[in-house]
Amino acid sequence: MAIPVVYNLRSVRQRWNSSIVAVLGIAGTVGVFVAMLSLAHGFKATLVASGTTDNALVLRAGANAEMNGAVTLDEVRILQDAPGIARGANGPLVSAEAVMIAPFPLISTGTDANVQIRGVSPTALEVRKTLKIVEGRFLQPGLTELVVGRNVAGTYAGLKMGSEVRFGGATWHVVGVFDAGGSAFDSEVWADAHVLNQVYKRPDNIFQSVTVHLTSPDAMQQFKDKVSADPRMNVDIDREVNYYSKQSQTMTSIITTLGGIVAIIMAIGAVFGALNTMYSAVSERSREIATLRALGFGAGSVVFSFTVEALLISFVGGVVGCLVVLPLNGFTTGAMNWQTFSHLAFAFKITPPLLLQGIIFALVMGLIGGLPPAIRAARRPVAPALRGL
Amino acid sequence: MVRVDGSGSASSLIHVRGLDKKYYRGGEEIHVLQGLNLDVDQGDFVAFMGPSGSGKTTLLNLLGGLDVPSAGSITVAGDEITHMSRGNLTEWRARHVGFVFQMYNLIPVLTAFQNVELPLLLTKLSKTERRKHVETALGVVGLSDRMNHFPRQLSGGQEQRVTIARAIVSDPTFLLCDEPTGDLDRKSADEIMALILTLVKQDKKTVLMVTHDPQVADRADVTLHLNKGALVEASKLEGARLEGTRSEGVTSGGAR
Amino acid sequence: MKYSTLILANLFRKKIRLILTLGSFFVALFLFGMLAAIRGAFNQGVDVAGADRLVVINRVSLISPVPLSYMDKIRQIKGVKYITHMSWFGGVYQDPKNFFPKFAVDVENQRLVYPELLVSDAEWNNFVKDREGAVVGASVAKRFGWKVGDRIPIKGDIFSGNWEFNLDGIYHGKDAQQDESQMWFQWNYLEERAKDQIKGRVGWYTLRVNNPDDSGRIAKEIDEKFANSSYETKTETEKSFATGFVKQLGNIQFLIITIGSVVFFTLLLITGNTMAIAVRERTGELAVLKAVGFSDRFILLFVMAESLVIALIGGGLGIIASKILAAVHNPIPNVLPYFSVPNQALVMGFVLALAVGLISGIIPAIGAMRLRVVDALRRV
Repeated sequence: MAIPVVYNLRSVRQRWNSSIVAVLGIAGTVGVFVAMLSLAHGFKATLVASGTTDNALVLRAGANAEMNGAVTLDEVRILQDAPGIARGANGPLVSAEAVMIAPFPLISTGTDANVQIRGVSPTALEVRKTLKIVEGRFLQPGLTELVVGRNVAGTYAGLKMGSEVRFGGATWHVVGVFDAGGSAFDSEVWADAHVLNQVYKRPDNIFQSVTVHLTSPDAMQQFKDKVSADPRMNVDIDREVNYYSKQSQTMTSIITTLGGIVAIIMAIGAVFGALNTMYSAVSERSREIATLRALGFGAGSVVFSFTVEALLISFVGGVVGCLVVLPLNGFTTGAMNWQTFSHLAFAFKITPPLLLQGIIFALVMGLIGGLPPAIRAARRPVAPALRGL
Repeated sequence: MVRVDGSGSASSLIHVRGLDKKYYRGGEEIHVLQGLNLDVDQGDFVAFMGPSGSGKTTLLNLLGGLDVPSAGSITVAGDEITHMSRGNLTEWRARHVGFVFQMYNLIPVLTAFQNVELPLLLTKLSKTERRKHVETALGVVGLSDRMNHFPRQLSGGQEQRVTIARAIVSDPTFLLCDEPTGDLDRKSADEIMALILTLVKQDKKTVLMVTHDPQVADRADVTLHLNKGALVEASKLEGARLEGTRSEGVTSGGAR
Repeated sequence: MKYSTLILANLFRKKIRLILTLGSFFVALFLFGMLAAIRGAFNQGVDVAGADRLVVINRVSLISPVPLSYMDKIRQIKGVKYITHMSWFGGVYQDPKNFFPKFAVDVENQRLVYPELLVSDAEWNNFVKDREGAVVGASVAKRFGWKVGDRIPIKGDIFSGNWEFNLDGIYHGKDAQQDESQMWFQWNYLEERAKDQIKGRVGWYTLRVNNPDDSGRIAKEIDEKFANSSYETKTETEKSFATGFVKQLGNIQFLIITIGSVVFFTLLLITGNTMAIAVRERTGELAVLKAVGFSDRFILLFVMAESLVIALIGGGLGIIASKILAAVHNPIPNVLPYFSVPNQALVMGFVLALAVGLISGIIPAIGAMRLRVVDALRRV
C-alpha cells in the first residue's frame, strides 16, 4: 500500500517557500520553451497559410524564390491555355506577377524595413480565393493605386487606408485593405503589375512569378506534366503551399536552434533548482521518512511518494509557465524572411498540443529532479534517523 | 517468564541466542553486544537500563528488525528474523512490532487520526474497518476527542499517547519503547506509564522498554541491565557490584 | 587566513548541495555568455562597420542596381578617398543549407576600402589575373574544407547556369569579430556572362572618406547629384546601414533581454533559497560560534563570504565555459557568420555573478547575524 498522497500535498504546502523556488524555476523554463516554440510555429503557420493546395506557383527553372524568377509573357500565354486551370468570368485564373521590395519605415523603430511589393493582374483576387477585401476596394488596372494586407497599416508608416505615398518615383494611393487569413500576403503591398514595371523602368514582358488557380488539387499533376513537356517552357512548377513551406525553413530553424539552446540551458538550471528543493525536503523530513519505514512502508513506497511530490511541484510549475505565456498568443511581431529578403509580420501561435508539450517537459524535469533525492530518502539508514541523527 | 541465561525454551514469544553486534566508529571496532541471550513470554513487561553507549538502543533496533546482528539469532513468534531479506523484514515489522519513541515521531502534516491509521494502510483492511480500529485505539489512550487535531495542537503527553495508539492499532506481537517518557514531565510520564501498564495487565501486551528513569523501570515486571555486551538481571547486578565490578548506580525493585 | 579553512569546511559539509548551487550559478552564467554571443552575432555588422565608410544604394530598394557610370562621378566629390562596388550574386553551393554570401566585386579597389580583411599580396595578385578566380573568407573555407587551388562549383539562381571558380586566396579578418564567411569574384566575369541582366549596373558602392566628420556632407552631395535621375541614390554611413538591417531582423534583442531577466530572477530565487536553507540548518553551529565570542559582524561576513565564493567559482566557470564553447562551435553558421563571447561579456558576467552572490547571501546573512544565541541553542 502506498504512502497517502495527502502527506505529500500537505508537506509541499508547509514548505511552500522552497517549493515555490522549484515551481518558479520550472515555470520560467516552460514559459521560455513554449514561447520559442510558438514563435517558430507562428512564423511557419503564417507562411504555410499563404499557400493553398489548389494553387500552383510557376517560376523560372532554377529560381528558388519569386524575386529571382523570370517568366516571359509568351510563357504566360502558354500557361493560360494549359489543362487543369480553373476559369473565371473573364478568362483563365492566371495571375502573372511582378515582385520587388521597397523600403518603408517601421512604425516600431522608425528605421526602414524592406516591404514586399507585388504587381498583380486583375485576376489576383480570383486566383487567391482565401483573400477578401475588408476595407475600400480592389485597385483599378492602369492607375497608381495600392491595396495593402491587413498587417501593413499597423507595421509600416504611411500606408493606412486612404493615404498617399511616394515610392519608386511615383505617387500612389491606398484604396483598399485585404485580409489574407494571417498569411504572408497580409504583410504585402499590391499594385498593378504593368504600372509597377513602368514606374520601376523594368521590362514589361517579364514577370517574377505566375500563380494559377487549379480546378482541384488533383489537377496539379496534369497541369505540371503538360507544361513541363512543352519545350518552349523553361519553368519550375510547385504547389503554392509547398513553396511557402520551404520558405519558412530557414527562419524556423534559426528560432528553434537558438530557442532550443536557451531552453535546454534553462532546463538544466531548473532541474538543479528542483533537486535542491527535494534534497532539502528529504533532509528536513528524515525523521518522518524513517518513521514511515519503521512502521513498515517499504523503500519502493518512499521512492514513489517523493517522486510523486516532485512531479506535483513540477506540474504546478508547468501550468504556471503556460499560463504566463498564454497572453502572448496572437501578439504580432515581425522578422525578416531570409528567402524574400522582406519583412514579414507574424503572430505567436500557441496551440493546445504546444501547451501539452510544455507540461510534459515540466514533468520530465520534475522526474529528473525528484528521483535522486527520492532514492536517497529510501536508502538512508532507518535507525539513526529515527532519533533525529 | 524472562530469562537471560539462555535457559528458556524455544516456545518463548521472543527467543534470542548468542547475539553479537559490532560496528566501526572512527576506525575502531566496537563490540557492543556479545553473546546476549534473552527469552520473553507473552504478557511480560521488561525494562532495559544501562549507561549511555552500552547498547540498549542497538538491542532494541535488532529486536525490532531495524538492524541485523553480526552473529546469533532472534526468533519472534516462531519467525527467525536474523536472515530475512530487507523486504520481508519490512513486512514482518509492520505485522509484529509497535514502536513508541522518545520524540514521538508523529508526521506533523497528518492529523492524530491519520497518524494512527498509517500502520493499517499496510494491511488489506477496508476504509471502514480501518476507521473502526483507529477509533478503538484512540479510545484506549483516551484521545477520542482529539482525533482531528494536528500534532502541534497537542501537548507532549497527548502526542505520546497518539504514538501509543499508533503502536497498538494493528495489534502487534510486542511493543518496543525507546525512552517513552524521556521528554515528559513527571505527571505526564506517570500517565503514560499507567496507560502502558493497563495494556500489559488488561490486554496481555508484551512490552520491551528502554529507560534511564528508575521510577519508570520500577513499574516493569523485570529490569535488565546491559553490562559488557550481555543482559544481567538487576538483582544479580547488585551482587556483581559487591564483587567489585564497576557499574552505574542503579537500583531496581527487582522482579515483580 | 585561518577563516578560509572554516569557510571551505562548511561549504563541503553537504557536497550535493554545494554542487547544485555551484551548478545553478554555472548554468546561469553560461546562458548569459550564450546570449551575449547571440547578440554579438546579430549585431556583428554594426560593430565592425567602418567609421569612415559610406554605403550608396539605389533609393528605390536595396535590390535595385546602380549604374557603373556613377563610380567616377562619386570619386570626384571632395573628401572621397577610395570607392569600390559590390554586387550580390546569390547562388547555391551544393545545398541551399550551405548558404554563405557571394559577391561580384571590383578587384582593383576592394582591398582599399576594406583594409581590415587581409589577404597575402601573392594570393591577391593571382586573383586579379584570374578571370574565374575567387577569394573566400577563412571561416567558410574551414567550413567546407577548401584549400587554395580548389575549384568551387556554384549553381546560379539569380544569374542562372553553372558557375565554377578557382580558389586563389583566403582572407582573414584583422580581429575576431570580422565576417570571414564571404566569397568574392570578379565583377568583370559576371558582366561578361550575364550582360543582358547586368546592363552596366552594379549592386551598390562602398566608399571611404578622408574624414568621418565629412560623412554627412558627402552623403548629401552624392544623393543630390543623382536626384531626379532614373537611378536615384540613398547614401548613409555603413553603421547606420547595418543598424537598419539588424532592426529588420526583428525584436531579437528584446527577446534576449527578456529571457535574460527571467533567468536571473529565477537564479536569484534558487540560490537565495539554498543559502537560506543552509543557514537554517546550521543555526546550532552559528549559535555556538556566537556563544564562544565571535561578533555579530563576523557571522554576517562569514555567511556572505560563503555566498560570494560559490557565486564567483560557479559563475566564473560558467562564463568561461560559454566562451570556450562558442569559440569551438557555431550552431548556425549559415545565418550567423560570427559567433563568439566578447571579452566585455566575460567581465560583465563575473560582475553579475558577484552581484547575485551578494544579493542572495545578504538576507540569510542578516538573519544569521541577528540570531539570539539563546533561541538558537534551544532550537536544536
